[in-house]
Amino acid sequence: MIDQENQEVSNEEEFRKIEITVFRYNPQNSNTKPEYQTYTLEETPGMTLYIALIKIWSTMDHNISFDFVCRAGICGSCSMVVNGKPRLACKTRTSEFEDGKITLLPLPTFKHIKDLSVDTGNWMNAMSKKVESWIHAKEETDITAIEKPVEPDVAQAVFELDRCIECGICLAACSTKIMKEDFVGAVGLNRTARFAIDPHDERSDEDFYELIGDDNGVFGCMSLMGCEDHCPKDLPLQTKIAYMRRKMVKM
Amino acid sequence: MPQQDSTVELLTGKDSVGKKSKIPARLDLLQSATGLILSFFIIFHIVFESSILFGKAAMYRLTKIFEGEPFIEGGEPLIISALAFGIFVIFIFHALLAMRKFPSSYKEYQRYRTQSKMLKHSDTNLWFIQITTGFVMMFLGSIHLYTMMTQPENIGPYASSDRIYSDIAWPMYLILLISVVLHTGVGVYRLIIKWGWFDGSNPRANRIRSKKIIQAVVVVYLVLGLLSLGTYMKIGYDHQEEYGNRYSEVHK
Repeated sequence: MIDQENQEVSNEEEFRKIEITVFRYNPQNSNTKPEYQTYTLEETPGMTLYIALIKIWSTMDHNISFDFVCRAGICGSCSMVVNGKPRLACKTRTSEFEDGKITLLPLPTFKHIKDLSVDTGNWMNAMSKKVESWIHAKEETDITAIEKPVEPDVAQAVFELDRCIECGICLAACSTKIMKEDFVGAVGLNRTARFAIDPHDERSDEDFYELIGDDNGVFGCMSLMGCEDHCPKDLPLQTKIAYMRRKMVKM
Repeated sequence: MPQQDSTVELLTGKDSVGKKSKIPARLDLLQSATGLILSFFIIFHIVFESSILFGKAAMYRLTKIFEGEPFIEGGEPLIISALAFGIFVIFIFHALLAMRKFPSSYKEYQRYRTQSKMLKHSDTNLWFIQITTGFVMMFLGSIHLYTMMTQPENIGPYASSDRIYSDIAWPMYLILLISVVLHTGVGVYRLIIKWGWFDGSNPRANRIRSKKIIQAVVVVYLVLGLLSLGTYMKIGYDHQEEYGNRYSEVHK
C-alpha cells in the first residue's frame, strides 16, 4: 500500500509544472517594448527546451518566435541563452533545472530578429568570407581524377574541426566578442585552423596572418575559454586557437 | 611628417606592399613575455621578503646579499635601485600592453559585465580579477617601485618595519600583496592556456590540473605574504619608540 502511494507521488513529481520565461521583443515594431513573458506548462518525460517551446507555440502563444531546424544538435539554429548560459535548445532537457524555472534569452552579439530568434546566418557568411573559408590551391582540381591521398590522422583532424555547426554559442560566451563587434571569434579561428592543417590548402602562415593577424583575429582572443567550455560540439577550441596563435606570432 | 609606411598604413590599413602590420603579433608576445618576467620576479620577491619569518638576522643577511655585500664592503643599495628601475620599466610596459584589452567605454563595460554575470563562467570571472588587480597595481605598484628606487637603503628588518607600521604603508602593502598574488596566479594560468604550454595528450584534463596547482600556489603565497606582512607590522609596532634606528648585526 505504502509503495503504491510512493509510486503515485513520484509520478506526480515526474509531471511537474515548469515555468519558462521568455524575452519578448520585436525590434521591427516600434510599438513594442522589451519584456519577459512567463509560460507555465507541464513537463513531459524527456522534454527538451525545443519541445517545450513547440508546446508553447502550438498550444499557448502562436506569436512567439524562435529558430529551429534539425532538432538533433546538428543545424545550430536553436542556440539561445538558457539561465545565463548559451546552449542549444534541442540538446537541453528541462529536467536538469531542479526548480523548474527556466529563463530564455536570444543570443547576444547577433542581430536580433524577434523574441528568441537572431540572425546568425549573415554573420557566419561574412565571417567565412573574412577568413576566406575555402581551399586555396594554385592548380585547378580535376574532379574526374582520384583525389590526392591524405594521411588518415590529418584527415581526421580536419574532419574534427569541420564538425562546427556555426551555432554562434562560442561568440555569445566570449568576452572579447561581446565588447568588440568585429572579432571573428572561436568559430572563425577554428575555421582558419581547419584550413591551416588541411594539406589541400596551399596557403602559407603568412597568408593566414593577412586574415587573422590582428586584434579582430587571433590576437583579440584573451583565452577566457568561454568558447571551449560552452561549445555544444566539444570542439578543441582551446588548443586550436593556441595553435594558430603560435603560428601567427612567429610572423 | 610621419614615415611614408605609416602614412600608407593610415590610409590603407596595410603597408606599402599591401601586407598587414606585424606589430600586433609582437605586442601579443610582449604582453605575455613581460607578464612572465614579472611573474618570475614576484615568485622570488615574496619568498625573499618572507625571510623575516626566519628572524631579523636572516632578513638582514639576505638584504645585504642583494646589495652585493659578498663583493662590496657594506653593500651597495644602488643595486636595488637599478633592479627596481628595471622592474619598473617592464611593469610599465606590461601595463601599457595589457591595458589594450580593458573595456574602454561604458558600452563595452556594460556589455562585458552583464554577459559575465549571466554566464557565471569561472575563467571569464577570473579575468575581472585580473583587470581589477591590474588597475589597482598601476598605482600601488608604482608607489612601491618608486620607493624602492629612491630609498633602497631603507630596506631592512627595522627600516622596512618602520615604513610598514609607523609610516602607515601597511594598507598599501596589504592591497598590493593580494592584488599581485591574484594577478600573477590568474596571469600564469592564462599564459599556460594561451600558448598551450602543458597541453600534453589531454589538454582538457591538463587545464584543470594547471588551474588546481595554481590555486594551491596562490593560497600558499597569500599565506606567506600575509604572515610576513604581519611580522613586519609586529616588529614595526615594537620598534616605534626607536623609529629610524637601523638594524645592525651587533643587535644579535
